[in-house]
Amino acid sequence: MLKPLIRLSALLLLTAGITACGSIEPWVKPYERDLLADPIMALDADPVSSAYIHHVHESREGARGAQGSAGGGCGCN
Amino acid sequence: MLNQTQILKPQLRRERRQLAGGVVWLAVLIGAILAAFAAPAAEAAVLPEDRVDVMYHRYEGDEITIEGPSVLVRKKVGKNFSFDANYYVDTISSASIDVRVAASRYEEERTQYSFGATYLHNKTIMNAGWVKSDENDFEAETWFVGVSQDMFGDLTTVSMSYSRGNDIIRATGAPDFEETADRQSYSVGLTQVLTRSLIASVQFETITDEGFLNNPYRFYRFLNDTGDGFETAREIYPNTRTSNATALTAKYYLPYRAALHGKYRFYTDTFGIVADTFEIGYTHPVGNDWILSLAVRHYTQTQADFYADLFPFQNAQNFLARDKEMSTFQNNSITGGVVREFDNIGFAGIEKGTVNLTVDYTQYEYENFRDATVTGVVPGTEPLFEFDASVVRLFVSFWF
Repeated sequence: MLKPLIRLSALLLLTAGITACGSIEPWVKPYERDLLADPIMALDADPVSSAYIHHVHESREGARGAQGSAGGGCGCN
Repeated sequence: MLNQTQILKPQLRRERRQLAGGVVWLAVLIGAILAAFAAPAAEAAVLPEDRVDVMYHRYEGDEITIEGPSVLVRKKVGKNFSFDANYYVDTISSASIDVRVAASRYEEERTQYSFGATYLHNKTIMNAGWVKSDENDFEAETWFVGVSQDMFGDLTTVSMSYSRGNDIIRATGAPDFEETADRQSYSVGLTQVLTRSLIASVQFETITDEGFLNNPYRFYRFLNDTGDGFETAREIYPNTRTSNATALTAKYYLPYRAALHGKYRFYTDTFGIVADTFEIGYTHPVGNDWILSLAVRHYTQTQADFYADLFPFQNAQNFLARDKEMSTFQNNSITGGVVREFDNIGFAGIEKGTVNLTVDYTQYEYENFRDATVTGVVPGTEPLFEFDASVVRLFVSFWF
């Protein structure tokens, strides 16, 4: 079960190593990131609010995970 | 016939494999941290902003009301550290239909505390934290560690995290009942700047549970001896569960100042549940001070292998569940949000503030979970259960 994760992690480490050896020319320059820096482009602008709604979903659905929140009880009897 | 040693051996092997997996994962995490320190100094990633969020949340649906506050404080200390603390309360009244079928309504409260620390070094961010959740009949404690690294000219961010939790499960009215569960989570993620206007991320998470995994208040139902009614008995779940979830997210800056986002998550687990989640949303600023948002979400899942709405007789199989969360169902949500921004507040060191109101409306439709509170009909012919739920999140945020 963990084998794919270990392989993926090794790949990520290898990638990190490559970055340490030399830099890749970024195709979006730092001065071209004004749009991405706009607060409306944040992937998770309000962590308290998103953590709560993820908890609401996980308490009432069978699926869980890959939503960026961790821990806690259920409160869902 | 199996003897005790034969029964224990597979369990020991499984525990050893899990232990080995956890050790390997931690080694990989430590390796990633060391590799990050070995990298040459360059432009720094950034720590989370100093902010305070105070939220009131309220859920209403299936005759349940859950409400309470949540407060989050984040503060940088020096240039490299940031600390955060969260206090959260759920006050729960009544009970869902799963409990109403066989037990009485009740009120209870869940309180959750969490503390976290984040450390920044060059392009690497490391974080660790602890979460504690208390109810009168349930305690959960979780700790977590994570690392993320910016690379490829800061267009790519790779992250990994590991968490481990321990639950203690009790049951009101049964003072001798106490069970435990152990939970571990392994997560990797990648966020990529694709163009000037497009950012995307992929996240993969495996969660393993071991121990008492069902809810002690929930029951399955089975036909009685005469076949004209049903009786109930406590559910029996497997003692292990492993799930895999993969989420893809993308966000696009439109030609005018607005954003469009989409998300898809694919989920499977060893209970036999397969689920898909789709979400699409739109964010639209109005003037300099208002932001409006609208999102729709669709969720669908198949049932667990050991789920049935009505079993033919008691102990009809080794595992038995009738939780509606284990059935085949779908739900559809619509979410609307409005944010009012206040700049240059200039009071008590506060730079900026927002007032946020978000309202979700969700319809749940079950395909093989029936409303067993309906009387006067042949068991198994009750109407399929469905309900609507609303969620309100009202919060203020301050940046300082």
